[in-house]
Amino acid sequence: MTLIPETIRALPRLRQVRWPALRLPSWTASWLQVSPLAFVLIALFALPTILFVVVSFWEYDRTGIYAAFTLDNYRDLLTTPATIRVYVSSLSFAVIVWAITLFLGFNIAHFLIFHVRSSAVRTVLFLLCAIPFWTSGIIRTIAWIPFLGRNGAFNQMLIGAGITSQPLEFLLFSNFAVVVTYVNLFTLLMVGPIANSLAKIDPALIEAARDAGASRWRIMVEVIVPLSKTGIALGSILVFTQVMGDFFVVKAMSGGQSASIVSALATEIQAMQYPPAAANAVVLVIFVAIMVALMMRVVDVRKELVK
Amino acid sequence: MMVGGQSYSPGIGTGRPWTFYALATLFGLFLLFLYGPMLVMYTLSFQGLHGGVTFPMVGFSTVWFEDIVKPDQMANIPVSFGRSVALASIVSLLTIGFSVAAGLAFRRRFPGSGLLFYLAVASLVMPSLLVGFGIGLGFKALGWKTDLFTSALGAQLTWTLPFGLFAMFAVVNRFNRAYEEAANDLGASPWQRFRYVTLPILLPGIIGVGMGAFTLSYDEYARTTLVIGERNTLPLEIYALISSASSPMLFAIGTVTTAASFLVIGLTLWRIFHIQKRRAGAGISK
Repeated sequence: MTLIPETIRALPRLRQVRWPALRLPSWTASWLQVSPLAFVLIALFALPTILFVVVSFWEYDRTGIYAAFTLDNYRDLLTTPATIRVYVSSLSFAVIVWAITLFLGFNIAHFLIFHVRSSAVRTVLFLLCAIPFWTSGIIRTIAWIPFLGRNGAFNQMLIGAGITSQPLEFLLFSNFAVVVTYVNLFTLLMVGPIANSLAKIDPALIEAARDAGASRWRIMVEVIVPLSKTGIALGSILVFTQVMGDFFVVKAMSGGQSASIVSALATEIQAMQYPPAAANAVVLVIFVAIMVALMMRVVDVRKELVK
Repeated sequence: MMVGGQSYSPGIGTGRPWTFYALATLFGLFLLFLYGPMLVMYTLSFQGLHGGVTFPMVGFSTVWFEDIVKPDQMANIPVSFGRSVALASIVSLLTIGFSVAAGLAFRRRFPGSGLLFYLAVASLVMPSLLVGFGIGLGFKALGWKTDLFTSALGAQLTWTLPFGLFAMFAVVNRFNRAYEEAANDLGASPWQRFRYVTLPILLPGIIGVGMGAFTLSYDEYARTTLVIGERNTLPLEIYALISSASSPMLFAIGTVTTAASFLVIGLTLWRIFHIQKRRAGAGISK
């Protein structure tokens, strides 16, 4: 009852207000603008993720899966030596590839941003790096086979140059081939973010360091590297998650010598063993999430991106 | 001597430091590393009729290109190519619409903005196959059939939308809000302001987002494979081919798709340069 007088008092004020400024909270428009994106991410990413987390606790047998709580899927997974082996193998690929792409990516970005003087040349060189990225990853992977194979282009070059008399056997279908393919596929993911960070560095800072007598090495270590850590962190996250999530390259290039976490998981999914596959997925997600969280501690990614 | 150039160049006016030559060499080697296998692949796609997937070349022919379009192959490349282009076009349009709207919204903080941001990050770093696994389980639980334009489209959007959103952050960061305020002061309605001020200024960035989303979708494999249903996209068809047989036709497909990418990229860049040139002519800077 006491509401009525208040409503009446509010009425004249409402009438004065123009239609677009109806007294909605100021963020209503923002919510409307993000709603399609939010809907897709919730319906097609968040809910399915929750679903496989739930299924990972379910029971299964040859005929189907059952909504009954069990920890067996996790126990089986974590007590299998193969699990540990495949995690160690994937993680060591990730670390090696990360180190190589970081070295290449940082140096290439540094070259493009600081050493190339003409911006037209810089654009062309950037495009040269990016063009192979527009060809399917599967095709770029198999393109290595005739290059690295026993009678491949690389072996023939080596023999032609007299460096070796026998073709090298370890080049293809080996861990070496896997690393080479990853580096080929993912280096650009490192170059892009680092170049973006380097381009934002105020040249005055570097001038100041030089005027204060810093050597080129000290400028690099104490000015440029700290100011590009956002790019380094972003590139590292992209490369790391791509390697951990891969299941084609290892399958195609290792010749069956190594497995990846995801290719093991795909085998379980094809065999319709959803609960153990889901448990495997949960463990992988937790693992990747921890690594990404560690890398994001280096830098406030949101602040850097949204600003 | 020029002072205050655009970017810091070590040792300007004193000749190039040794690091320039070291890095230039590294860059050159990197380009060789990038293009070497591609060139080998282009060459082998012209392999003679009796040649295989490795060297030596046994003659020269275009028979592998003809094989692509020949009917009753194990894989139907032309049809799956058409599907891939259709899917990538839809994904690209939806990504533009959704991420431009969201990118503009993220200029202000709003309740839930942090949560949504981290949801996008999570969707980006999630191992791709697991996204398809989750969506596949969901469709199974609801009794729906997975298909090209439902589950596969959705799976690809979880990949292209975060990319689109983060690219829009970069585009929007460079946008000077004074133009919008000027439009307001001149009495533009919110729609007029968006249509005639914000949109044209952001257009090159938006085309970039669309092109990126198209490429990501067109190449996407791991998110799509578990939820595609019965109508394969091109990468899935290629994958099936690799596991069943290997012939230089695979390389011919690679050569053709690279040529097609070049065409699309060339047209897009031409469009962007055209817009920028027109804009420079009209005296509007970014």
